[in-house]
Amino acid sequence: MSAPQTMFEKVWNNHLVASPEGEPPLIYIDLQLVHEVTSPQAFDGLRLAGRKLRRPDRHIATVDHNVPTTSAEDRLHILDQTSAAQVNALRKNCKEFGIEFFDVQDASQGIVHMIGPELGATKPGMTIVCGDSHTSTHGAFGALAFGIGTSEVEHVMATQTLPQSKPKTFRITVDGTLPYGVTAKDIILHIIGLIGTDGATGYAVEYAGSAIRALSMEGRMTICNMSIEAGARAGMIAPDETTFAYLMGRRFSPTGKAWDEAVAHWKTLPTDEGAVFDRELHIDAAEITPTVSWGTSPGMVTSIEGKVPSPDDATNEIDRKGYERALEYMGLKAGTPIEQINIDRVFLGSCTNGRIEDLRAAAQIVKGRHVASTVSAMVVPGSQAVKKQAEEEGLDKIFKDAGFEWREPGCSMCLGMNPDILSPGERCASTSNRNFEGRQGRGGRTHLVSPQMAAAAAIAGHFTDVRNWPNNGGKN
Amino acid sequence: MQPFTRITSIAVPLDRANVDTDQIIPKQFLKRIERTGYGEFLFFDWRYELDVPDSVMPNPEFVMNAPQYKGAEILLAGKNFGCGSSREHAAWALSDYGFRAVIAPTFADIFFSNAGKNGIGLARLTDDEVNTLMQRAKTPGYQVTVDLEAQTVTDAQGFKARFEIDPFRKECLLNGLDDIGLTLRHGEALDKFEAKHDNEFWSAPKTATA
Repeated sequence: MSAPQTMFEKVWNNHLVASPEGEPPLIYIDLQLVHEVTSPQAFDGLRLAGRKLRRPDRHIATVDHNVPTTSAEDRLHILDQTSAAQVNALRKNCKEFGIEFFDVQDASQGIVHMIGPELGATKPGMTIVCGDSHTSTHGAFGALAFGIGTSEVEHVMATQTLPQSKPKTFRITVDGTLPYGVTAKDIILHIIGLIGTDGATGYAVEYAGSAIRALSMEGRMTICNMSIEAGARAGMIAPDETTFAYLMGRRFSPTGKAWDEAVAHWKTLPTDEGAVFDRELHIDAAEITPTVSWGTSPGMVTSIEGKVPSPDDATNEIDRKGYERALEYMGLKAGTPIEQINIDRVFLGSCTNGRIEDLRAAAQIVKGRHVASTVSAMVVPGSQAVKKQAEEEGLDKIFKDAGFEWREPGCSMCLGMNPDILSPGERCASTSNRNFEGRQGRGGRTHLVSPQMAAAAAIAGHFTDVRNWPNNGGKN
Repeated sequence: MQPFTRITSIAVPLDRANVDTDQIIPKQFLKRIERTGYGEFLFFDWRYELDVPDSVMPNPEFVMNAPQYKGAEILLAGKNFGCGSSREHAAWALSDYGFRAVIAPTFADIFFSNAGKNGIGLARLTDDEVNTLMQRAKTPGYQVTVDLEAQTVTDAQGFKARFEIDPFRKECLLNGLDDIGLTLRHGEALDKFEAKHDNEFWSAPKTATA
């Protein structure tokens, strides 16, 4: 009998190509996702060295960061010349190297971390990389997935492997039932608040516990997505019936006998009873409240019931300086109740919260209400598939009737590489993942929240406790 | 890759923790398709005045703009340097500007890897050691030495701190080794693994049937 293993160790061992003496282990990469921003230099590198792309069949590409979200027409004729050049470079490179490419108008286009799962390309037990830190998203399926730099993108193109030092393991167990109005986004913001933005540096995190098991795949992806915001190399959740149900019948999912064999393999992946993690953390779901970031780092969060903290609340000198800087940048006064912070913009979307379930939840809050006159709000579905599904369900109408803009899919205002940006001083309730200075536009002020909290803030004009808002979807 | 061995230079004390890669190189400069030319945009939002849109008026408050740090090749920073986005453009920008080494208490994982692949020496020292260097770096003309072979950071006033680095990574940096070339030495093992792995159809992104 071999020793009990964690899920991470099983996936790692299944991909170990070589463990050379005195060098980092070489691991095989099952799938590389490619987008326009971090790939052109990698393709150039291959050409310069006269190297081939080893496995085009293990690559999938799309455009997401640069594409305008305003209209189908704007996306086909991108005005920003440098953006257009980058998108064109990917088109040309995919053709030259034989990579399947989902272009702006393709029914499968979307944020790269949305389309992997939607296509069924992301599956349990795989190793998945992409030149994007939010690749951790795919860990929600029990895959080992992590973001890499462009030199590593080129490395995977040339060899389908990466030399990787083995991360340590960290299990975060969230047990109990999430209260009404508290979501996967609040779980992960709460965790980052507890352990800090470098709290999981050097670790592969496994999220476990009854509160995690109860989440849909969408919720699990939200959690794994923001693992990087705690510094983690990867985030993983064990595959189960929820995972299998999500994958069944998708375009790249196995069928027939192959499906049964795949499920049998997937069932071997969860962490064995008695496996030892390098670190453990236990959280009671009942303690988690709707969470709002107040500062310029995803660890600077507090409850909707809370107040903007004072630098004096910091436990050390480094944090005190960080708090001072953040308050100044955010234009906030210590002691201000979070519910009294007025907002100018609302962004509902991104690879964190741009999925169908996110839009449904927000629509339930929005239905029959109207965006505050002081707020400009937009919904950017994460993918063409989400957009289509939402429109079939009439969610677009609910949002538009309430005064939201309904956009085309892409990364949009999560990082503002496209025309969707904040103006200096504008304050935004955002369902994205980073509240760094200038992330959504130079001088812009980002507060990270769940889709429900963003929707309620859009209506109220300020942050408000969504637990006091019976949803208008008819359930409460 | 440009090798990194030993460097003695003026050091810029960037006394901030959690400097993320969005600060190192903001997104509007990620649209280029080259690896070079990012240096002028390094720390753009901090380095230039905000009041004028797309201003290129240097912000006199930002430490890197002080004349005494002109030509600095070493950057001193707070913990968790390089967190956030995986953009290698951050390493390209630091390198293109002229920084050859960064000294900080800790670095984020992806940045750590990206820097190594671009010949940037990263030295992890303790909080106290970094603070000492930050204080001393305020004196004009003060210089620090990062020596990768000896794994030390030293100055002319007797400061000496040792930093740890993985021996393989050290070898790659000292010799400017190409990672892909190194991996291709394991070509035989890779071919063998791949032949077996391709039959494990759960590993294929696009399996439709067994």
